[in-house]
Amino acid sequence: MSTILSVRDLTLRFHTFDGVVHALNGISFDVQAGETLAIVGESGSGKSVTMMSLLHLLPMPPARIARGEALFYTNGTPTDLLKMSRADMHRVRGAQIGYIFQDALSALNPVMTVGRQIGESLVMHLGMDAETARKRAIDLLDDVGIPGARARYRNYPHQFSGGMRQRAMIAIAIACNPRMVIADEPTTALDVTVQAQIVELAKRIQRERGMTVVWITHDLGVVAGIADRVLVMYAGCPVEIAPVDDLYDHPQHPYTRGLLSALPRLDDRSRRDLASIQGAPPDMMASPRHCQFAWRCPYVFDRCWKAVPPYYPAGKGHATQCFYDLENGRPRTDA
Amino acid sequence: MPETSADATGLLVDETPDRTFRQSLVYVGRLFWRDKTGLVGLIMFLMVVFSAIFAPWIAPYDPLQQDLRAAKTPPAWTEKGSFDHPLGTDNLGRDILSRIIYGSRVSLTVGFFGVLIACSLGLTIGLISGYVGGRTDNIIMGGVNLILSLPYLVFVVFIAAILGRSLLIVILIFAFTDIPIFVRITRGEVLRIRESGFVEAALSIGAKRRRIIFRHILPNLIGPLITIATFEMSAMIFYEAGLGFLGLSVPPSVPSWGNMLAVGRKYLTIYPWIATIPGLAIVFTGLAMNLLGDWLRDVIDPRLRRVKK
Amino acid sequence: MQRYILSRLIQSLLILLGVLLIVFFMLQLTGDPVSLMVSRNASPEQVQRVREEMGFNRPMMVQFADFMTGAVVGDFGMSLRHRQPAMKLILERLPATVELATVALLMAMVIGIPLGLLGGSNPGGFWDTLCRLAGLIGQTIPNFWLALILIVFFSVGLGWFPTFGRETCTVFGIHLPTRSVILPAFALCLFTTGQLVRFTRAAVLEIKNEDYVRTAYSKGIGDRQIYTRHILRNAAIPLISIIGVQFGYLLSGSIYIETIFSWPGIGNLLAEAIGNRDFALVQAIAFFASLTVVILNLLTDIAYGLADPRIRYGD
Ligand SMILES: Nc1ncnc2c1ncn2[C@@H]1O[C@H](COP(=O)(O)OP(=O)(O)OP(=O)(O)O)[C@@H](O)[C@H]1O
Ligand SMILES: [Mg+2]
Repeated sequence: MSTILSVRDLTLRFHTFDGVVHALNGISFDVQAGETLAIVGESGSGKSVTMMSLLHLLPMPPARIARGEALFYTNGTPTDLLKMSRADMHRVRGAQIGYIFQDALSALNPVMTVGRQIGESLVMHLGMDAETARKRAIDLLDDVGIPGARARYRNYPHQFSGGMRQRAMIAIAIACNPRMVIADEPTTALDVTVQAQIVELAKRIQRERGMTVVWITHDLGVVAGIADRVLVMYAGCPVEIAPVDDLYDHPQHPYTRGLLSALPRLDDRSRRDLASIQGAPPDMMASPRHCQFAWRCPYVFDRCWKAVPPYYPAGKGHATQCFYDLENGRPRTDA
Repeated sequence: MPETSADATGLLVDETPDRTFRQSLVYVGRLFWRDKTGLVGLIMFLMVVFSAIFAPWIAPYDPLQQDLRAAKTPPAWTEKGSFDHPLGTDNLGRDILSRIIYGSRVSLTVGFFGVLIACSLGLTIGLISGYVGGRTDNIIMGGVNLILSLPYLVFVVFIAAILGRSLLIVILIFAFTDIPIFVRITRGEVLRIRESGFVEAALSIGAKRRRIIFRHILPNLIGPLITIATFEMSAMIFYEAGLGFLGLSVPPSVPSWGNMLAVGRKYLTIYPWIATIPGLAIVFTGLAMNLLGDWLRDVIDPRLRRVKK
Repeated sequence: MQRYILSRLIQSLLILLGVLLIVFFMLQLTGDPVSLMVSRNASPEQVQRVREEMGFNRPMMVQFADFMTGAVVGDFGMSLRHRQPAMKLILERLPATVELATVALLMAMVIGIPLGLLGGSNPGGFWDTLCRLAGLIGQTIPNFWLALILIVFFSVGLGWFPTFGRETCTVFGIHLPTRSVILPAFALCLFTTGQLVRFTRAAVLEIKNEDYVRTAYSKGIGDRQIYTRHILRNAAIPLISIIGVQFGYLLSGSIYIETIFSWPGIGNLLAEAIGNRDFALVQAIAFFASLTVVILNLLTDIAYGLADPRIRYGD
């Protein structure tokens, strides 16, 4: 397996009138070609911001990237997405990396037919003429499971149901066969049965096209079924990264453990939300000086208030930002 | 019809946290300082108010005093002008500067009382409309929409021509034709608060309706109303001058900016300053109020406040 | 869509009914409409004669019924002064007003919309400053004053344009505007230009932050296409209604400009009629102006519905 994306020390702030929001504090992770990486964390932890910043989709100002790099590999050659020019970025978006947004209703242009919105990037990146693009768009609609694709091509977004809009959104993101697709909570706004269908669709498409997927969610239940590896984020920090089974069996960060124990059993119909841990996330108006989870952590000790923990390796492909060795039930003795 | 103008400004504010009066004052001062255009507008407006109040003391001449020997003197900065009459004199030798200073009284009176009446009536009717709802609401809103879809200028001219020239009549015309705008804003706010389910909750714990109006609806309305009132006052000053220009506002003997324009127009090609200089006073006042209004809108709209300048 | 049009149609008819009521009863406001119309030193016999001639001696309800039936067939009685049907006089003056308003609207659109677009696409920049300035000027300079200034500079001073009047050149029987329309149209378009600038700029600023624009960017669409295909097209829908409203304003709001430039349009006719105390004509003009505005609003709403697929394919 080869690395397709390598993010290092990504630090991003929003300079707003009320002060500086430290949205991302040194995010580092790799994505391997062909895998599915899930990013989980509660609302506001910076999942969307992380991925959007890679494609320059955040409004700047107020957003400003303080440091870091994001190497995107094409045939083994890295290019830094963060330093890319506007024109180069236009060639990456859609063609190399597709983006599926959370709320398909507001993410689709209300006055343009769904078909044209799919066809737009085909014309743009693949140089198709209008007729070929139309045929291709209909195929895509068909492929994402929209019945009567030929007629639906001419519809406007408001004529679609919620699930169909999300499928159309997927069709837009995969239209040019990008190597990587970012799915930003594509199922949150849908009801449970439709959610399952969309997850199935995404899995199928990934299998068929061999795409790399970054799947953002706050639903750990979905993660188990879809991801190869998981990145857990808390208040703009990457607190743990691990292969999915390892994460479920041996969570190494108190936050992850809290999340997992808050997971309801299958027969429980309440919402599987991350917010069920005691306390509230910190405000992000200051640069972190210590572990951001310390306020809520049951294992907190003096060291946690003194420094931001570095990544500690905790098994194969498993790392965590915590001074406490959960496995052995004692503070880590440092190397 | 999609909502335009007044409502589209998005002026409805959420409840501001309680502040002491002094803190508010400091806060407002800081906001003025941040955006200097608001400050400039305020200063310009205060200058107009000042000249209206103290007209007899600052005007160099009696605005009605004719001096046929000095008639048609051009402004001081031209060749034939003199500093006896800095802005020149009109066809009857009346000092233009003095007439402009006195003219501000008419403009501000019309603007101030026009808006005051329109605002208080509009507020009352809007509260009734929003609270009582049902048929009353339908009838009131029918009237409001009717008036708002009339060609404003044509009707103002029409009514003014029928009712004749007097200050009171002019004020009343503007006041009554302006009520609908204030009705709409008030009603919108009442409905918004009602929809939030807050009123039912408050009523169910026994809060008096009057208390809800004074504690929750009016505080939210003050900001938007002040902003709208500023713009409406500026519009009324324009319309009053326009009516005067057509000879339909205050009697010709009263020095008002519109009347001055009407006189000057006849001499436009030979003695242009008689008409153009009073127009500058209108522009000055309009600029003052619009700068102030824009600033108020930015300050009061919480969405805009968050953007770092 | 049909239901949408039908409801707008009914609304318009109700408003017209209201307009007729207002126009009729406005004259009764002073108690005796006849005294308004005759000169102050008319003898009682003269007053009586006018009263009978105009039918003001009949019961008010009869007068009202008469007025309403006349209005339905477009008859607003005779102009006292011109001894001609009021509607005929209005229709004679209509082309001049339409010409002036159309040219003014075109000027406003050509200046206002691109300026607003440029300003909105780069807030805080040079064009944006120009936008704010244009918006402010439109609201702070009264058109009657600007008209006077324009005459002083361009007609009297430079002699580029005629001081007053309307000249047309006739090509194949069609009257085309000449340079005589430029000054009045420019003075008239000032406010509308400011409104269009403000509105376009605000719309662009708002739409720029919409999720679907971000989606378009995420597809790799270039800036130019983002503006033409996504932002402008969405901004165009609300712009339609602003333009409709503004055209109504231009058509009915040219009293000052037409008077100043002696432009032979309806606004001028209104000013004359008021000067002559010719209130039958004033009534007719007031109704006609309202009718124009109401029809224009109706057409605007329909155009709006056609432009917005959410309404076109709604219901
Ligand atoms: N335009 C902005 N201006 C200021 N702060 C912002 C802006 N956009 C995002 N933020 C801040 O960045 C942080 C991360 O936001 P982000 O949208 O990435 O959260 P998220 O993890 O995706 O949450 P959710 O699950 O709700 O989508 C939040 O604290 C948010 O307040
Ligand atoms: Mg998000």
